[in-house]
Amino acid sequence: MSASHIQLDRQGRLLHFLTIEGLTRRHLTDILDTAESLHGVAERRVKKLPTLHGKTVVNLFFEASTRTRTTFELAAKRLSADVLTLNIATSSAVKGETLLDTLRNIEAMQCDMFVVRHEQSGAAEFIARHVKPHIAVLNAGDGRHAHPTQAMLDVFTIRRHKPDFPSLQVAIVGDILHSRVARSLIHALNILGAAEIRVIAPRTLLPAQVETLGVRVFHDMQQGLRNVDVVVMLRLQRERMEGALLPTEQEFFQRYGLTEERLALAKPDVIVMHPGPINRGVEIDSRVADGPHSVILEQVTNGIAVRMAIMSITLGNHARPAGENL
Amino acid sequence: MHILIQGGRVIDPAHQFDAITDLFVAVGRIAGLGHPPAGFKAEQVIDARDCIVCPGLIDLCARLREPGQEHKATIASETRAAAAAGITTLVCPPDTDPVIDEPAVVELIRRRAKSAGHAWVLTLGALTHRLRGERLAEMAALKDAGCIGVGDGGRPIANTLVLRRALEYAATFNLTVFLTPLDSWLGHGVAHEGPVATRMGLPGIPVAAETGAIARDLELVRDLGVRVHFGRLSSARSVELVARAQAEGLPVTADVAIHHLHLTETDLAGFDSRCHLRPPLRGSRDRDALRAGLASGVLGALCSDHQPHEPDAKQAPFGDTEPGISGLDTLLALGLRLAREGVLSLPTLIERLTWGPARILGLDRGHLAVGASADICVFDPEADWLVNAATLRSRGQNNPFIGWELQGRVTHTLLEGRMAHPSEA
Amino acid sequence: MRDAEFLIEAMAVQLRELLTRRGIADPALVGIHTGGVWVAERLRQRLGIATPLGQLDISFYRDDFSRIGVNPQVRPSELPFDVDGRHLVLIDDVLYTGRTIRAALNELFDYGRPASVLLAVLVDRGGRELPIEAHVAGSRLELPAAQHIQLTGPDPLQLVIQTAP
Repeated sequence: MSASHIQLDRQGRLLHFLTIEGLTRRHLTDILDTAESLHGVAERRVKKLPTLHGKTVVNLFFEASTRTRTTFELAAKRLSADVLTLNIATSSAVKGETLLDTLRNIEAMQCDMFVVRHEQSGAAEFIARHVKPHIAVLNAGDGRHAHPTQAMLDVFTIRRHKPDFPSLQVAIVGDILHSRVARSLIHALNILGAAEIRVIAPRTLLPAQVETLGVRVFHDMQQGLRNVDVVVMLRLQRERMEGALLPTEQEFFQRYGLTEERLALAKPDVIVMHPGPINRGVEIDSRVADGPHSVILEQVTNGIAVRMAIMSITLGNHARPAGENL
Repeated sequence: MHILIQGGRVIDPAHQFDAITDLFVAVGRIAGLGHPPAGFKAEQVIDARDCIVCPGLIDLCARLREPGQEHKATIASETRAAAAAGITTLVCPPDTDPVIDEPAVVELIRRRAKSAGHAWVLTLGALTHRLRGERLAEMAALKDAGCIGVGDGGRPIANTLVLRRALEYAATFNLTVFLTPLDSWLGHGVAHEGPVATRMGLPGIPVAAETGAIARDLELVRDLGVRVHFGRLSSARSVELVARAQAEGLPVTADVAIHHLHLTETDLAGFDSRCHLRPPLRGSRDRDALRAGLASGVLGALCSDHQPHEPDAKQAPFGDTEPGISGLDTLLALGLRLAREGVLSLPTLIERLTWGPARILGLDRGHLAVGASADICVFDPEADWLVNAATLRSRGQNNPFIGWELQGRVTHTLLEGRMAHPSEA
Repeated sequence: MRDAEFLIEAMAVQLRELLTRRGIADPALVGIHTGGVWVAERLRQRLGIATPLGQLDISFYRDDFSRIGVNPQVRPSELPFDVDGRHLVLIDDVLYTGRTIRAALNELFDYGRPASVLLAVLVDRGGRELPIEAHVAGSRLELPAAQHIQLTGPDPLQLVIQTAP
């Protein structure tokens, strides 16, 4: 897809971080390695690096989210950047400024990076195409399309426990249809050479021809979880019941909830992940969420280092004149 | 005014005529073919050597945005662009603002088109009041006011009972009904439900949204015997359904928009909002079946589905943009590309752009019989041109073929024997 | 080609003497990636220091981030001891402009407040752009800007001087 054409410069370096699609294994491992070295910052007395001192990062959140916004803010601040957060409510009833006008106004404030979250698929790419060339755009989630920083922190977490991707079987469970987290993670795992990616969901929660993304489809947890190394549970939103995609949360938990019995079908050292926030008793049993296999809180911690890495790398590439090598 | 169009290859599919000859125009009518009529003295000669001379094109669906959306385009601007594109008759669907559900609106459009004087504008009246799909519109009055048919204007009637009654009422007055084949409930996406939409995270519109509606509507046609025309098919299965219905003798016709014969879902790459269309661009198998349907005549007309937009309407994330292509300017050249690719012969292409639509509308136009209104298009099939802001005459620049080099350019368009293009104004 | 082991021996002698003079009994060694770490490992062995080796990667502290961006080969910095109140010996292979040491000092101080920092380098090649000097140097020489000196390793350790094209 041509998002890669604008997220990479002519030397193939990341200028924006819009989607995992089209990136190479090298792109991903560079981010993971850089994140590894940033991981320890949180344990220091001074939890800061001077790297982005003097840079301004703007959080452009067209879709509300406290959790993602906070981690991006923290990541930017730990790199000594100045952070501006703009929560722009979108309501189709209230047609205010066009998106382009909003961008122009913010550009006028001399910023270096936009972190964008929007309810429409393709929004981050749209913004990247329309901003001034010196601005780096990070996609914090666009519609159902992509959530590339989440995918990176997910594979970072996996790599810390199970670094041998070609041997891994990963199961992603739940509302794949609406999930940008799932799509980005599937791309990342494929690029890193995971042995098998499984999606487990009722048919109504699977997008058309989902196998074309490079996954194996299961409708049954007993079969789908057998011998997997990693289980990723997705959040189920209330609206799905209203859209006639599911009858009740109870039935969903009954068939697709991650319980200890179901988890026992996986490998003994299986890790359990969830992008959060978790719905206890809907997609995951409390005992599993809080249990020894769960790395859910680790994901949150890792998210900061990963985002610091991505911010440093993309802004660093913007600074470099073309043609100059390391 | 006596005009001689000299030495062109005259193609008049209605009469299976295809030969290099002279065409004579007098007093706004076709006066002769081959040899001049008595008393003819050419006051103007158009050198049509190496050009094609055919009936002025008839576009079954073109939105002129007036009344109600003049910030996008106007009757004057769009008919002018149409004339430059060889189109002499445009059919305007009823979804203007206000909707064409009263004679006053029909009259307004007729007057504006006449005063601009670049092309004929025919109107389709609304099937239901305000196109809300609840109460019937005054179809008899609309017919009397000049509507050549009635339709849903792209807003399909969801209530089957209302639809059945609307069809029956229209049939009372011998009106052809122009329907949008789309199930209201399944049509809430922005792209074809398939691997591309899955990858891009775009809500999809399944093929069944179209075929389900067609199947239901065909059953009503079978019951009621009303003449129905399906506007803008997008899938292979739809072509099959219509073909089968036609074979059975049902009074059903259908058309296809030119861009569905060239573009597919993969052209959405990069979330290109110029390819945000309704119906959506589907797969290559669908495109091929639509091409075959046009060639075989199951799809009796090729239209532009012209939908000019102001820049803001397309400059937003994909799902927030308005669908539609500004397609008048590229209709002929893209049609010629199909002929060149061997999809259909040149005379057949011209038929689908002239006589085909005329028959669907039940009008005596789209041909070059002596005595017919001199609506003529002369074009150079070999002329190269680049699609860009300068060559797109419509007010709407939302055309994904910008940057393409196309072949086939209109040199002259006559409207009732007057030079509509190049413009005298 | 110079045999770096010989120079490291010279460093060890100087350093031992300096530590004694200052009464520093329990220093912690910190090497700057990559060459400085190799040298620091050798020094730690020769001086018989128990405290594990600290390693710094100063990529995120460089003053030329705006020009050269992030090096993906960056390694995690690791200081497996408490910096507060500790006497540190910062070790690098080549001391040139002084900017690397400036960055390393900034990074060290983000970990805590050391009691003192001594600087020991394998080669001091002159050309300083900042007010920074080494307490201990295996060798001091003046090299013109067109010449580069580099430590290759980890085994064997050798100094290579090249002229830039």
